[in-house]
Amino acid sequence: MGKYITKRILLMFLTMFVIMTMSFILIKLLPLPAVREMGRDVNLILAKREKMGYNKPILVQYYLFLKNILTEWDWGVGEQMYEGLSVWSIMMQKLPYTVLVNLYSILLAIPLGLSFGIYAALKKNKWQDHMISTLVMVFYSVPSYVYAFLIQYFLCFRLGWFPLQMESMGKAGSLFSWRMFSSMLPAIFSLAFGTVAGLTRYTRAELSEVLTGDYMLLARTKGLTKAQAISRHALRNAMVVIFPMIMGEFIGILGGSLIIESIFGIPGVGSLYITSINVRDYNFFMAMSMFYTFIGLASGIVNDISYGLIDPRIRMGSKK
Amino acid sequence: MMNEQRIPEIPAEKFRFIQQNEKIHDERIKTKPIGYFKDAWLRFVRNKSAVVAFALIVVLVLFAVIVPFLSQYDVSFRSGYYKTMTPRNRWFAGTGFWDGSKQENLNADTYNAIRAIGTETGRDVIIRENRVYTDAKGVEYHDVRVDSYYRVGFAYVNMTPEEYQALQTYQNETNTQVIYPLSKTYNVDFLQGNAGANYWYKLKNEATTSTGFPELDENGELIPNYLTASDPNRAGYDSLRVSWDDGGEDGNTWLVYAQKNQSGYRVRVDYYEYFRYIYGQEPCFLFGTNGYGQDMLTCMAAGARLSFLLAISVSAINFLIGGIYGAIEGYYGGAVDLVMERISDLLYDVPFMVVATLFQLHLAQKVGVLPSLLFAYVLTGWVGMAARVRMQFYRFKGHEYVLAARTLGASDRRLIFKHIYPNSLGTIITGSVLAIPGVIFSESMLSYLHIINLETSSLTSIGTLLAGGQGYLSTYPHIIFFPALFISILEISFNLFGNGLRDAFNPSLRGAED
Repeated sequence: MGKYITKRILLMFLTMFVIMTMSFILIKLLPLPAVREMGRDVNLILAKREKMGYNKPILVQYYLFLKNILTEWDWGVGEQMYEGLSVWSIMMQKLPYTVLVNLYSILLAIPLGLSFGIYAALKKNKWQDHMISTLVMVFYSVPSYVYAFLIQYFLCFRLGWFPLQMESMGKAGSLFSWRMFSSMLPAIFSLAFGTVAGLTRYTRAELSEVLTGDYMLLARTKGLTKAQAISRHALRNAMVVIFPMIMGEFIGILGGSLIIESIFGIPGVGSLYITSINVRDYNFFMAMSMFYTFIGLASGIVNDISYGLIDPRIRMGSKK
Repeated sequence: MMNEQRIPEIPAEKFRFIQQNEKIHDERIKTKPIGYFKDAWLRFVRNKSAVVAFALIVVLVLFAVIVPFLSQYDVSFRSGYYKTMTPRNRWFAGTGFWDGSKQENLNADTYNAIRAIGTETGRDVIIRENRVYTDAKGVEYHDVRVDSYYRVGFAYVNMTPEEYQALQTYQNETNTQVIYPLSKTYNVDFLQGNAGANYWYKLKNEATTSTGFPELDENGELIPNYLTASDPNRAGYDSLRVSWDDGGEDGNTWLVYAQKNQSGYRVRVDYYEYFRYIYGQEPCFLFGTNGYGQDMLTCMAAGARLSFLLAISVSAINFLIGGIYGAIEGYYGGAVDLVMERISDLLYDVPFMVVATLFQLHLAQKVGVLPSLLFAYVLTGWVGMAARVRMQFYRFKGHEYVLAARTLGASDRRLIFKHIYPNSLGTIITGSVLAIPGVIFSESMLSYLHIINLETSSLTSIGTLLAGGQGYLSTYPHIIFFPALFISILEISFNLFGNGLRDAFNPSLRGAED
């Protein structure tokens, strides 16, 4: 297992390196944003760019970029936004918002999704199952931003239960204050719909397949009650598929949802990414792109590894 | 052994042949053969939800194709006056739902201005007055239902002499009052643009600082404040006159209908009638209009058409590239597969958002937004299709029938296209169909986030419409409602349809439902 994980992680870094090289070259081929002359010295900015090595050949720049990352973990500084501030520190500042909102939504979604799925599987082909399956189909298909609009219009605007946008840190006091939490709720709900539906769907499919297994019959015959048989045998086996999905979701919360962040004005990494594209800040854009690449790769690895963790029968990659 | 003993000896002559002179035939198969696609079709039809979903998709596609031809407006139509109109359907007139009306809380000034439009034109601008109340600060508010089309009221329009003449002729021919007398209330500069055209009555305060509050006579009625002249045909006006224009008490005080200016004439028109004069029909937008004054119905259809075109072409190109790539991978296997898998793995790991942005930044100016978006989708989109095809090839290439064909000397190409492809077609088609809603969804997301901008004077997309509606979410929710509804129905029906297809193309489900 250890060998497999090491191999996967090494492969991940190789992939990241290739993607990073491609992105870097493509970004550096873009024309630099024009110097905004409003009340600032053009020469100063040009000199700054010269100093940052913007006029060197691209490969030399890439070498410097890599060297800075590897030696000092320095991803450069903001040019068009957060001027002069370290890209990494700004990203770390924004990350908690994204993570918190997504974490809450997953913590809300997991119990709901699992219980709906289990309930539907146990009532398979009865009206409860049909109702849940239909709703899941609807909630799974409808894009998350549609929920966001509905929630924002009805709960935030018409009923006034929540603020239209997320509270700023200054107003709410702390990231963990009640006021902050309640202002995050619309976004949390909007994100949760899809996750609940997805989880319900998977749980139902897995569990109903497991329930027809021969060992379930054996468990009942040897005298276990239905509840015991389900919790000890069926659920455990169903978890083999469901657990990795949940783990993957947990890694995914780092990336968050760009569109939900934009709708509810959450100052997270998603809005940072959008801003970096709009103002053409290539350092931020580069770092954010790598960040998203990393999340995608990492969630894939965690997903695969957790299969092996939860199911002793699966030992991927190990030849022995 | 046992049987031998039980059977008694039967003499040979007792045996005889059943048939001696007739030929024996196999019994003819009476049922019709059921092929792969026929089988899939039978299973698909049995899935009611998938059939309904397919019908819905057909309706949506027809909507996207037909509506732009039928609609009197196009995407480049932008009405400066009929912005954010609520949806209006003639069948629902007067019901309070889908009739172009809107619940509003008006302060006294606005209330009077809107009521005045009704008084002058004789239309029911205010459909229903619910209540009048005073808030904590002592400000009077009117809770009313307003016809959002009628409340546009009047506008000042500059015309060339020819246009002016033509409009007068139109008035005479159709007997409709379009041009209304000019008002003296020229001081209402605080009401920007043409909104000042609605003030035909005396204001309490005629200074530029006026809030627009009217001066009322002893009966609480508005006092007209028209421009008058002794010449009834001032500024060449010789057409219909409003009913209260009777020459005044002295018979010599006529209202003025136009003013000459440098380029021609400045007239005050009833915009509802003027719209009909220009466009040949009353303003009536089935889905309302958005913040630019575009007809939402036309825009939705045009946006849907663009989204469908984009999604279908992406799906088709991915089908082609992924199909060939996956076939080579899966068929040859070994080192070829290993190398090609690494390449597609790498592409798969690049986040689509990054690809789309980079393509947008690099190519949008050179080849246009739409082609660059198409490239972005194609660059990473085919990977999933290739993986699917590869898996199918691995599954089928070891089968005996393939081996048999190979033994008979079939070439690789023949094996791939004649023998393996048809068997994996079901999965591939399902994958292609299910890719379509994904493309439409991510296009709408990218447009919404303003990473791409598909909006030009004659082009729009569902995502653009959504983004345009976001600012009006609390005031005019219909602008965002229709695109959101459209995309929701689209996603639901495509998912149902895709599930139905997947089950239909899965032969192991044959007879499972019975």
